[in-house]
Order: sequence, then C-alpha cells, then structure tokens
Amino acid sequence: MSDQAHAHVEHDIAPGDEEQHSVGERITGYVVGLGLALLLTATSFFIAGTNLVWQPSIPIALIVLAIAQMGVHLVFFLHITTGPDNTNNVLALAFGLLVVFLVVGGTVWIMAHLNQNMPPMDQFIRMHS
Amino acid sequence: MAMTATVGQARADPHHIGVVVEHPGPAPKRIVTAYGFWVFLLSDIVMFSCFFAAYAVLAGQTADGPKGSEIFEQRNVAIETVCLLLSSFTCGMASIAADVRNRFWFYLGMTVTCVLGLIFLAIEFKEFADLVSRGYGPSRSAFLTAFFSLVGCHGLHVSAGVLWLLTMMAQVFAKGFRADVLRRMMCFALFWHALDIIWVGVFSVVYLLGGGA
Repeated sequence: MSDQAHAHVEHDIAPGDEEQHSVGERITGYVVGLGLALLLTATSFFIAGTNLVWQPSIPIALIVLAIAQMGVHLVFFLHITTGPDNTNNVLALAFGLLVVFLVVGGTVWIMAHLNQNMPPMDQFIRMHS
Repeated sequence: MAMTATVGQARADPHHIGVVVEHPGPAPKRIVTAYGFWVFLLSDIVMFSCFFAAYAVLAGQTADGPKGSEIFEQRNVAIETVCLLLSSFTCGMASIAADVRNRFWFYLGMTVTCVLGLIFLAIEFKEFADLVSRGYGPSRSAFLTAFFSLVGCHGLHVSAGVLWLLTMMAQVFAKGFRADVLRRMMCFALFWHALDIIWVGVFSVVYLLGGGA
C-alpha cells in the first residue's frame, strides 16, 4: 500500500528520534514547540481566571487547550509524527489513547449515572426499614 | 514496517506491485529500546488515567472539608508549569548535545533541567506540607485523597526522573557518549517529556478546572 512510497526507507525511527536534521533545525523545532506550549499554557491560565468569556464554555476551552498542548509536546518534543517511518510509534500511541479514553470516559459516565440514580441516604434508609 | 525480519524472500512482493521492498533485517537496538520504552510510557499514562478518573469522580466529595478553589494557589501552579516546560526544553537541548557529543552543552542542559525539576519539587512539597499542617491532609476527604494521590504520583515520577538525570550525567562523565549511554539518554528524554505531558493534564484538570468550580 504505502510500501511503494517509501521503499527507500531503511527502518522506522525510534520514538523521540528525528529524521536527519542539522543541529540548527533541531533547536528551531524545540524553540517553536516551547513557544507554542507557553502560549497555550498562558491562554489556559488566562481563560480560567477571566470574566471576559461565557462562563459555561470555560471547562470545554480548558480541555481543548490541554489536548492541543499535549499534541504540541508530542510533535515538537517527542517527535511523534505522521511520517511512514513513525507508524509503529503512532499505532502504539493510538492504542494507549483508546485505553485512556475508555478508562476516563467510562468512569465519569458510569459514576455520574450512579450518583443520579441513587436516592439520598435518608430516603434510602426509610425505604429499607 | 521493518520491526521484524520475518518476511522472507518469497513474500517480498506479495501483491505483485512491481516494487520489491528489501527488508533490511532486525531494527537497530536504538529503535527497539526506544520503542519498548515508549510502550512502557504509554502504560504509565494509562495508569495515570486511572488516577485522573478517580479524581474526576471524587472532586466534589469534600466531606464538608475545603473545596479545590479554597486551597489551590494559581500563582504557584503557574510557576511550577513554567519550570517543567522550560526543563522539557533544556532536556531537549541536552539530548541534541548528546547526539553531537558536546560535553559542555550536555552538562549545562542537564544541570538546568535538574535545577528546574528541583524547583518544581520544592514548590510542590511546600504546597503539600502547607495543606497537611492546616489539617487538610489526604485523610480529610475523598477529594483530598484523590488530589494527593494524583499530584503526588506525578511528583514521585519527577523525583525518580531527577535521580535518573543525575545518573545519566555521572554515566556520561565516567563512560563518555557510548552507544548504550546514548540509548539510556534517549529513554530519559522520552520519560521527562512524557512527565510534562502528564503535568499538562494535571494543571488543566486539577488546578484550573477544579479551582474554578
């Protein structure tokens, strides 16, 4: 499938390794990553403490900013890219993310429903005495 | 694609597309080591996700104790975040220096990383000590239990990272930039960057989301 495209590629690259770049290019990558990460962090802290935006949107905004910043870290610091030589690393990451979303999403979903369906304790005791 | 060498000559062109892909044999040790460590890091992240899930469920269960917004100090969290972010950057500089075998920049990058990590740990330790001395220890409420275990677990990882960092400096000092030392250095850099990713989740979910509620 994509074998044709990269028949010349000798091996995958290790997570954290970059394709052949000069030192200057590599440093630039880290500087760009640091700049983006600082920008996203500053936005997060600003949004959390401001009255300028619609309040109910703040939790969603914080989560979106956090996910964006994690993406920046993955690309610029861990060098996980979509390149063909990175397939194994990306697939492992995808599986890890699947488990993370199942654990966090499933827990929050189920526990919220349990809370909702559970009558307050005093009612519960009256019902069973 | 080329992690294993099980593909024999007969299957070199299974779909008869006319391009024979030469499989160059087992991947070099550097790739195998880093890939294995990457899988470990992902499982570590899965473990953290359980702590995050516990915190999300228990964040409201304060048992008439303090709420998150009453005990979190955003200024300290911002300093911690900047420390960890800068240390991730200097760690990247140190790994570039290691790749080009420049001792001076390697030691400088690692030292700055170490100092920033220690500042982070000191601020976190002070925060914990303050909370415990005010009677808001982990046994006060389910919320505080979840808070201390999640943030404390991250702090333990950072402490382990600082010890590993010092070990790497000692190994480069004693053994030089040997291939095995460089492999360990790469794993350390992955570990340190992954800790920063987890911290992004911690400050967003615990301190910013929890502090606003």
